[in-house]
Amino acid sequence: MTVERTIAEINEKVKQGKAVVVTAEEIIDIVKEKGVKRAAQEIDVVTTGTFGTMCSSGAFLNFGHSKPRIKMNKANLNGVPAYAGIAAVDAYIGATALPESDPENRIHPGKFLYGGGHVIEDLVAGKKVKLEASGYGTDCYPRRHLETWITLQDINEAILFNPRNAYQNYGVAVNTSNKTIYTYMGVLKPRMGNASYSTSGQLSPLLNDPYYRTIGIGTRVFLGGGIGYVAWHGTQHNPSVARGENGVPTTGAGTLALIGDLKQMSPNWLRGVSFLGYGASLAVGIGVPIPILNEEILVSTAVTDAEIYTTVVDYSSAYPERKPEVLGKVSYAELRSGVIKLQGKDVPTTPLSSYAKAREIAQILKEWISNGSFLLTEPVQLLPSVEAGIELKSIEIRNNS
Amino acid sequence: MVANKYVLRFSSALVDQPVIYHLVKDYDLVINILKADINPHQEGYVVLELSGDSENYNRGLEYLKSTGVDVAPLSGTIFWNKDRCLQCGACTSFCPTGALKMDLQDRLVDFDGSKCIVCESCLDVCMARAVEVRF
Ligand code: SF4
Ligand code: SF4
Repeated sequence: MTVERTIAEINEKVKQGKAVVVTAEEIIDIVKEKGVKRAAQEIDVVTTGTFGTMCSSGAFLNFGHSKPRIKMNKANLNGVPAYAGIAAVDAYIGATALPESDPENRIHPGKFLYGGGHVIEDLVAGKKVKLEASGYGTDCYPRRHLETWITLQDINEAILFNPRNAYQNYGVAVNTSNKTIYTYMGVLKPRMGNASYSTSGQLSPLLNDPYYRTIGIGTRVFLGGGIGYVAWHGTQHNPSVARGENGVPTTGAGTLALIGDLKQMSPNWLRGVSFLGYGASLAVGIGVPIPILNEEILVSTAVTDAEIYTTVVDYSSAYPERKPEVLGKVSYAELRSGVIKLQGKDVPTTPLSSYAKAREIAQILKEWISNGSFLLTEPVQLLPSVEAGIELKSIEIRNNS
Repeated sequence: MVANKYVLRFSSALVDQPVIYHLVKDYDLVINILKADINPHQEGYVVLELSGDSENYNRGLEYLKSTGVDVAPLSGTIFWNKDRCLQCGACTSFCPTGALKMDLQDRLVDFDGSKCIVCESCLDVCMARAVEVRF
């Protein structure tokens, strides 16, 4: 008898405090010990987690109206410009926005000590943030300038809306040139002195549901320490990439657009970060529950680091120039050992996303579901999968002449 | 007499050269090695106290710098802010001494000040700016 469960059935058990929930790491040994059949019969939900830098993140804020009113066409938060090209007192603060005074890379490599991600962290931490806004003045919005201090509590809405998070797999970055380079994959030492990688592998949300059989629009998730939802597939969502026999993509593939109430979140799980020579950003903590609807889904959640492969890319030339060359293929088990072999050379690995924090998120989500405080949702629509035939587009440089 | 502590960092091409020997023999300096990790064909470091009369001391330092060895005075202490640390582990592949180290089982990063040579390699590679040098 094969196992078939519905999300409604699982939720009944969650409400009674009877759901059996384990993390994507714990499930590995359970399946080894009990086999797929028994594990699928016993386990209702597998929780995943990831905590890393996700540049495509930001928050919509509504400041409330001043007296007299202003229609902001510029709004700075602690000196960091927010996008104000929407309604009068709405703005979007993006994770990578920088203050005009930032020296950027004029003294290379720049430090990018404070940016949009840090503003979001400060807001979530309850700190006072300086708002400076200007407008051109209209009959209905006469004020042209304001300067004040706000906190997260005294503004109306604060909605974290991240157009692309939780990348399903990601390439490994090395540098084959003779000088150090500074990238969003961290500092890369010359002559393949290190190899940076950035996913939580066997704990990562989309690597545990490789064909998006359970995750879709409306899936309730752990986001930044609070509750969020999958709003859409993320930007650059690309299910059409090469996959291993287990269906797991061997390079960056699916992504999630996530939304949630910033006011519920915590600075433990939303952190401003600074990448030397690259820019500022936001580290985001995400956990997605995977309902074990059948055995096939369970098998996917039992994937191990040794079975997840990714490609190694040279960030000194192939990546910036968009050349297709890859330098090799490695598994996350190799990456996590601390050293990989690349073209005969031992290369130390540099982890960029936190496995320990990913584990913590999966545990927290497991507790939330186990104690009945977090119900699963039925996706309104699943994410586009391989059948959608999505092809990533690129910018064609066209000249007027 | 002048005496100061220095951190010398050797590139893999330089580790095989008898630099310290020359400091003693040619410049008559007294050398007290505090910490070291040197292996053939690999990057390495030596933390030492250098003392001698001021003329020899200065000439010795000149010589050291001319060899291409990275010479930095040992000053300040590294402060690791555990609460700011994201436990990513990025710094651990830049730390030459294992002072910042990740446990491969629980994958938590920890800092052991007794191993730190204040080379500051971890400072800017930490995205969370969780390591600071304090004087
Ligand atoms: S790089 Fe910074 S945040 Fe990451 S483990 Fe090291 S100290 Fe912690
Ligand atoms: S300064 Fe940083 S990189 Fe250098 S030894 Fe100390 S902890 Fe390691």
